[in-house]
Amino acid sequence: MKEGLSLVQKLSGHPDSRCWFVSWSPNGTLLASCGGDKTIRIWGREGESWVCKSVLEDGHQRTVRKVSWSPCGNYLASASFDATTSIWKKKDNQDFESLTVLEGHENEVKCVAWAPSGNLLATCSRDKSVWVWEVDEEDEYECVTVLNSHTQDVKHVVWHPTQELLASASYDNNICLYKEDDDDWECRATLQGHTSTVWGLSFDAAGQRLASCSDDRSVKIWKDYSSGSGAGGDLSWKCVCTLSGFHGRTVYDVAWCRLTGALATACGDDGVRVFKEDETSDPDQPVFSLSAQVTKAHNQDVNCVNWNPKEAGLLASCSDDGEIAIWRFQEED
Amino acid sequence: MSGGTHLENANPVIFQRTGERLQTATEEDEDFHDPIDDREIFDMIRSINDPEHPLSLEELNVVEQIRVKVNDAESIVGIEFTPTIPHCSMATLIGLSIKVKLLRSLPNRFKIDVHITPGTHASEDAVNKQLADKERVAAALENSSLLEVVNQCLSTKSS
Repeated sequence: MKEGLSLVQKLSGHPDSRCWFVSWSPNGTLLASCGGDKTIRIWGREGESWVCKSVLEDGHQRTVRKVSWSPCGNYLASASFDATTSIWKKKDNQDFESLTVLEGHENEVKCVAWAPSGNLLATCSRDKSVWVWEVDEEDEYECVTVLNSHTQDVKHVVWHPTQELLASASYDNNICLYKEDDDDWECRATLQGHTSTVWGLSFDAAGQRLASCSDDRSVKIWKDYSSGSGAGGDLSWKCVCTLSGFHGRTVYDVAWCRLTGALATACGDDGVRVFKEDETSDPDQPVFSLSAQVTKAHNQDVNCVNWNPKEAGLLASCSDDGEIAIWRFQEED
Repeated sequence: MSGGTHLENANPVIFQRTGERLQTATEEDEDFHDPIDDREIFDMIRSINDPEHPLSLEELNVVEQIRVKVNDAESIVGIEFTPTIPHCSMATLIGLSIKVKLLRSLPNRFKIDVHITPGTHASEDAVNKQLADKERVAAALENSSLLEVVNQCLSTKSS
């Protein structure tokens, strides 16, 4: 079997609009998408093909920028340019009902992410802040902290896979890492290196490394060198690898497959690429090589890539042309 | 300045408009693939209205054909525009209007880059970064009052 990305299916995700983001449910059976048409769509498999199971309308007044599944898969959070974050609860069938709306950001909410415990939610906005919300058993959401470590628009937030460690990426070219200490959330490290907006972040399966992608057309790999596990100490993450020269325009998203270790990117040059780590390379100087690429994966900018969490090699991407594509990444035997 | 609205650049230098482009026989031939060229792109943007003056961007020399670069084969369009004064607060709005005009006029295979002519504006890098951020452009265009201002710049003048 030859290496490569083969198209499984293209879906007319958000027709006459832009599809901004796609996200697999934790058990890998559903895919949520969102876009400029202000809707969220839920896709599921019927036989061999993927079909739209439900459309969540009337939740937002403006573009829905990102969606995030709760770790249990029963809730969906959506971040919108209308300055709100909506929480949706799954009903018995494939449908969802709006549970609550989180308000507080001054303007566009750019991203929302559920912590692995399911008890915390993070949001970020063009208002330069990152908010952490606590969720209780009664489905009540309370903001526990507002973090103002960035000097510009915050584009993305992502949680560490096992610890309560939060990372954010910004238009100020930096990445911030936050941890809680004595009921107080604080920025414990600022990762500097990108020379333009950082659009996306993804931790590897073990959470020892973080991949970032940027308008500077590069992808960087950062490694955890923090000494000990003392809660109060500063974190130390260093850039151990920069992938440059592969992308023709802004890299909008990066996704690290938790099953195979493959690293996928979504680029403004319409391409989807997959990188693999050379297993014999020095962990302090890892070498990644381009394993597969589709240069015209979509007709317009690719905004997002997401690996299915259960089915190794199944990748979803979406584009400014409103389409969603499902790909299969095949490795050499 | 006393009362009323004051213009940032009250007496701009006005430039001559270029003539109409001549249609060639091959352009009228439907079967002939005729790549989009600099002049066609320039024609799309030269009549955009300046937000401050009752003049077009061409008449103010904010856009010039020599600062339009199109690569039809690679589907890339690059525009440099020159604010009339280095502290022009309208620079982002002008850039946004150029970008929107091209987004609406060109096939969507094109990647459109709009920049300030190097060295002609005090906040050149900040304006360029904002114009290149499609998420911010998308959000701006969902703001109805801003969209109205952009549409005014793009409306054809009633003479």
